[in-house]
Amino acid sequence: MNEQNILIVRCGEVALKGMNKPYFERMLVDRIRKNLKEFRGVDVRRQEGLIFVRADKALDIQAIIKQVSKVFGVASISQAVEAPSELDAIGAEAVKYMLGLIEEKGVKTFKVEAKRADKNFPVKSPEIGRIIGAKVLIGCKVLKVDVHEPDVLLHVDVRSDRTYIYDAKIQGFGGLPLGTNGKGLVLLSGGIDSPVAAWMMAKRGMLIEAVHFHSYPYTSPRAQEKVEDLARIVASYCGRFKLHCVNLLPIQEQIVANCPEEETTIHVRMFMMRIAERIARDTGCMMLITGENLGQVASQTAEALVVTDSAVSMPVMRPLIAMDKTDIMDKAQEIGTFETSIQPYEDCCTVFLPKHPSTKPHLDRILASESVLDIDGLVEAAVAAQEVISIFPE
Amino acid sequence: MVYLDNSATTRQYDEVTGVMTEMMGQVYGNPSSLHLLGVEAEKRVRSSRKILAAALGASEEEVYFTSGGTESDNTVLFGASEARKRAGKKIITTAVEHPAVLEPARRLEAMGFTVEYIGVDDTCHLNMGQLISAIDDDTILISVMGVNNETGTIFPIDEIAALKDKYNREHKTDILLHSDAVQAFGKVPVDLKGAYKGVDFLSVSGHKIHGPKGIGALYVRKGVHLPPFMNGGGQERHMRSGTENTPAIAGFGKAAEMGMKDFAKRTEAMKRARNHLLEGLIAEIPDIRINSPQDETASPSVLNVSFLGTRGEVLLHTLEQDGIFVSTGSACSSNKKGQSHVLTAMGLSGKEIEGAIRFSFSEENTLEEMEYVVEKVKAAVTRFRRLGSFR
Repeated sequence: MNEQNILIVRCGEVALKGMNKPYFERMLVDRIRKNLKEFRGVDVRRQEGLIFVRADKALDIQAIIKQVSKVFGVASISQAVEAPSELDAIGAEAVKYMLGLIEEKGVKTFKVEAKRADKNFPVKSPEIGRIIGAKVLIGCKVLKVDVHEPDVLLHVDVRSDRTYIYDAKIQGFGGLPLGTNGKGLVLLSGGIDSPVAAWMMAKRGMLIEAVHFHSYPYTSPRAQEKVEDLARIVASYCGRFKLHCVNLLPIQEQIVANCPEEETTIHVRMFMMRIAERIARDTGCMMLITGENLGQVASQTAEALVVTDSAVSMPVMRPLIAMDKTDIMDKAQEIGTFETSIQPYEDCCTVFLPKHPSTKPHLDRILASESVLDIDGLVEAAVAAQEVISIFPE
Repeated sequence: MVYLDNSATTRQYDEVTGVMTEMMGQVYGNPSSLHLLGVEAEKRVRSSRKILAAALGASEEEVYFTSGGTESDNTVLFGASEARKRAGKKIITTAVEHPAVLEPARRLEAMGFTVEYIGVDDTCHLNMGQLISAIDDDTILISVMGVNNETGTIFPIDEIAALKDKYNREHKTDILLHSDAVQAFGKVPVDLKGAYKGVDFLSVSGHKIHGPKGIGALYVRKGVHLPPFMNGGGQERHMRSGTENTPAIAGFGKAAEMGMKDFAKRTEAMKRARNHLLEGLIAEIPDIRINSPQDETASPSVLNVSFLGTRGEVLLHTLEQDGIFVSTGSACSSNKKGQSHVLTAMGLSGKEIEGAIRFSFSEENTLEEMEYVVEKVKAAVTRFRRLGSFR
């Protein structure tokens, strides 16, 4: 018994999806398998409303837990031991489990929380708790029961054939399995916000593809390397994807030469949206995703967003729109993109910054001033010249 | 491809790679080992030392191998200060040294030493008056580079050595002179029996003369006490512990041998390329400032030019698309925010510093290449200025 490490994986809101439940669970199992594909000797399967991951003892179980916890749709994970569903065997395994915890963490008190999924099991849940508790007390002389604040809450989950014993729960991110909610194209800038925006949409089950705008040679090739680094971190959650790199310089040159200086940023943003929409349509993405955040910079005032939005007909998801910067930064820390985001390479937004950017642009005036440009031609040329990079999880 | 970043590093000669491959594959013994393989490796180290000594006008026992210019500089700055701290607390250097000298100097200031930084004029020539009045009885060390790495300005090491010797004679002091010759060696004569006579410590590096990276040498004049920087197994006659980097030492020797063999021919080729580029840029591009000297005090290896109304880094990235590789300021500092400390010390304006490009040459550069570079630089500058003119 217990030749393998066992993880019990619970899906949070996936369980609420009624008729779609089997579909979501299948997707989730699929995603867990994908995230564990570098490990040989791991079995992932659905069983009685739970997902079980069984891994050979020789494998690094902490690394496996980390990989599983990155899968969207996973609410929590417990590392469990199993016993045949028979009271003596459960008791013996529970004693062994607690002895291990005493040695490892010096626990002193415990409480048993028993659950009987198999209603054919002859003993009821509270009674199971009492019986196993008594066996543990006899087997582990140093332990005492504490029903209010136990060091260890020992779960005994009795199922038809096997019983699972575990204590701690490791929280996952929740959300929905990837691939259950279409595909979106994120505008990835290299800053703090856009990787977080991509992550948040992916967490809701959306597959990700990305576009990055640069102004090489006005921006450093190292700035693009930084974006690739960020993309790899995002990919560690949502799997490999394509990064479309587009040089905006020819368009910026046209804008600078032909449009009022204070409008530069807003014109550039509109072109970014148009180019992104073109790439999105070409790659089967149904929406655009940006890291825009109301009022953060001149191009993200309410007025500016209205103008930017009008450049495209595709829906634009802005998951960070109402978040405070500090909360976005916390999220970036949590998902591991922050340190990379703050490396100081100029991105293309800063090179052509006007001295006094317009914060309340009027759509009519903006459209009038860009009417002198060959918009379709410029978009066409930029899309044609794109460089596509395959991003693999880091 | 036109490689014009030879002050950052040079292409390693194929012959050097050959020697190193042999050292790695066959002559891999540890020179400290007593067996034949060790003896053979020791022989190769000795033969490189001989070449280096001859190239510098030193004797073999005055040459120590180090991991490069930075280690040589650190060894001298910290070692000489420690050895001479009872004689005085003052160190004189220049405001335009390489960070491998400036940073140790700052550490020494924090440790209680006084450092005086000699200033330069707008073509990076030392303020000799300031230097003369800086030397006093509290002075223990003077450290002046042979050639400035950003402008190519040749510093008058002979004059400085003479000043030091005269002061020592007249005041019965024992001030020591160090020269960081990393950018001078192989580009201008570095002869301890000639212009560098009177220099007590000298730093050189392998990868600036088509040798390998990670190897350099330190000259310490016979009879001058210098405590070691790296302590351990007692290699390099206790001056530099750590198993000898035998492939790099052999490669360094080979590069020095080749460089010295046709020294005049090689430096002449550099000079021709440099001057051709200089003339082309002056003729073709308006509003530029030549930051390097234009007389005999210019090293043939470097040409520093400010293209006003542009940004050096953008020009650099524009030129790399044409296969031309240059640098802004110096490669060691181009990753850091902020402006070149050398160009700042020269009193250049922010605009002049922002648009500065350093071209640095090797004998492998041709005149045709320079014509191509002039054409491409002109296009890059014109494009940038057109964009800038709308602002």
